[in-house]
Amino acid sequence: MIPPGQSPERAAIVIGGGGLAGLTLALALRQAAGGRLKVVVCDPAFATPPRPDDRAFALAAGGKRMFEALGVWDRVAPQAEPIRDMVITDSRLNDPVRPVFLTFAGEVDDGEPFASMAPQGALIRALREEAERVGVDMRAVAIKDFVTGPARITITLSDDTLMDAQLLCACDGGPSPIRRMAKIDVVRWSYDQSGIVTTIAHERPHHGRAEEHFLPSGPFATLPLPGNESSIVWSERNENIDALLSLDDEDLLAEIEKRFGLKLGRLTMKARPKAWPLNFQMARRFVAPRVALVGDSAHVIHPIAGQGLNLGLEDIAVLAELIAEQAALGLDLGDIDMLETYERARRTPTVAMAAVTDGLNRLFSNDNPALRALRDFGLGLVDRLPSLKNRFIQEAAASAQSPRLLRGLPL
Amino acid sequence: MTTETQGTTIDPAEVARFEKIARTWWDAKGPMKTLHKFNPVRLAYIRDQVADHWNRDTRDGNTLAGLSLVDVGCGGGLLCEPLARLGATVTGIDPAPTNVEVAKLHCAESGVPVTYRQATIEQLVAEGQSFDIVLAMEVVEHVADVDAFVRACTAAVKPGGLLFMATLNRTMKAFALAIVGAEYILGWLPKGTHQWDKFVTPKELADAIARGGLEVFDEKGVVYNPLSDKWSLSRDRDVNYMVVAK
Repeated sequence: MIPPGQSPERAAIVIGGGGLAGLTLALALRQAAGGRLKVVVCDPAFATPPRPDDRAFALAAGGKRMFEALGVWDRVAPQAEPIRDMVITDSRLNDPVRPVFLTFAGEVDDGEPFASMAPQGALIRALREEAERVGVDMRAVAIKDFVTGPARITITLSDDTLMDAQLLCACDGGPSPIRRMAKIDVVRWSYDQSGIVTTIAHERPHHGRAEEHFLPSGPFATLPLPGNESSIVWSERNENIDALLSLDDEDLLAEIEKRFGLKLGRLTMKARPKAWPLNFQMARRFVAPRVALVGDSAHVIHPIAGQGLNLGLEDIAVLAELIAEQAALGLDLGDIDMLETYERARRTPTVAMAAVTDGLNRLFSNDNPALRALRDFGLGLVDRLPSLKNRFIQEAAASAQSPRLLRGLPL
Repeated sequence: MTTETQGTTIDPAEVARFEKIARTWWDAKGPMKTLHKFNPVRLAYIRDQVADHWNRDTRDGNTLAGLSLVDVGCGGGLLCEPLARLGATVTGIDPAPTNVEVAKLHCAESGVPVTYRQATIEQLVAEGQSFDIVLAMEVVEHVADVDAFVRACTAAVKPGGLLFMATLNRTMKAFALAIVGAEYILGWLPKGTHQWDKFVTPKELADAIARGGLEVFDEKGVVYNPLSDKWSLSRDRDVNYMVVAK
């Protein structure tokens, strides 16, 4: 509750969580209304420099254009690598030759790759620098509590500061304390798989090729990084995880070689792998009065298609554009009609992507011969139909109806 | 009822009708939901005309900076607060004390600076006040003497300023949509909100404004699209329409 006698600070929008989603949203909102909106981002992690992190994201073309429009891509580009084509196979671990069922060779536009690999650390650093430059108010505090009123939301920060805002955006990740405080339930299940992430170096260049092998215990993906390095995202059944992670570098590398092959020469490990459990999680609502869920707080999906971050960036592009419209009319930035428009716009694509990734994982992460025959047929079919494949690629990009930021235009 | 009605154009029965629903002004899901949906198109029209007239930016959230504005019949302040956020110095006046109280309460919560008064435009004119922008949106169809009301509104416009008015046309279509449809079938508005014989045609309104010494230079219809659940500007002025005069 609000202690009497303390008069709150005022902001237009408070964002809980200063990771990729929170900072990107903050930058987008600073472009709205000629930079007039006061945007506060709260995250205890601001107290320290960004942690070194080996994760890299496969950014769809729309997401990359958005970072260009927000003025951060130039700083990320030297450490990013375009994905020029993608090969997908369906195989058993010991198959000597892996039949290729689906290849994505493609550019979205002239010379624009359909995706780029961008390291998380470089993105966060660039976002923090730009946020500083454009006057985002970043505070190393947590969101402790909030009370929603008819014309404002009053937020208590962990340093006991009170702050009035029109809207609170939850960019605080899968466990989202803000979502819990807003009493929004989630649908959730565990995949009984964990994701292992590491970086390897190889002797020969990858030529911008990404590979994904659908193995019975989970998908194994390699994604090109600058130089002769690749990022590995390896989903494996939970029962195998402890054993794998307790292997020494040499033995673990042997396991990776079994999956990656030796086509790019000898492999070396650049970082000790880390693993985290894979879950599906979808919030029942994306909004509550004066609260919007953005990114992982709204949805966590299987990394099989590398779409988690891209979905979050689409959330941001849609929400920021709606808020900019409201601000240009002087309207309430926490208006319930606007929030419901955001929810409607994001619900369908999110559920569709969640269903596709969940379905892909269920279809492929097993050794059932009947399913194997079915999916061989399915993927082979896709490759023979160029138009269908183009649609896949275009979906990774953006169309004329897309939000401005995904087309690379400022708000 | 403490409203002083003598010597004004206010119809006391109308004031009583609105007092009943004033408390729910700001509930976007409540009885005023139609007005909430209607608000963006009205605001965009005002903003864009102001931007044209004073050569301002429409996107910078500050289009009305430094301009004084009075909203006549401000209700719960649904237009006043956004226009104040856009930089205008806003006075909202309404004859219904409950409306004024609701509006004051809300702006104390939202922190948007608006001055609210229980007053009529005739009173403000008598006090010698004038404004860069005078708004009378969805008001003419509720006043007892249209000509006297419009004359007072024009008198409140500073030289070089703008007068905005919005109302309902007196057509059969307006009767069908705004009264039978909106009040009785869809339940968008409380029954008895509007009386058809008080609706004003664009010609009658333009003539009244001309008698007040201003000239209407743009007129737009506002139509509802049931598929998108949105209102938009149109050339069709048969039901809802807005005019701007200088």
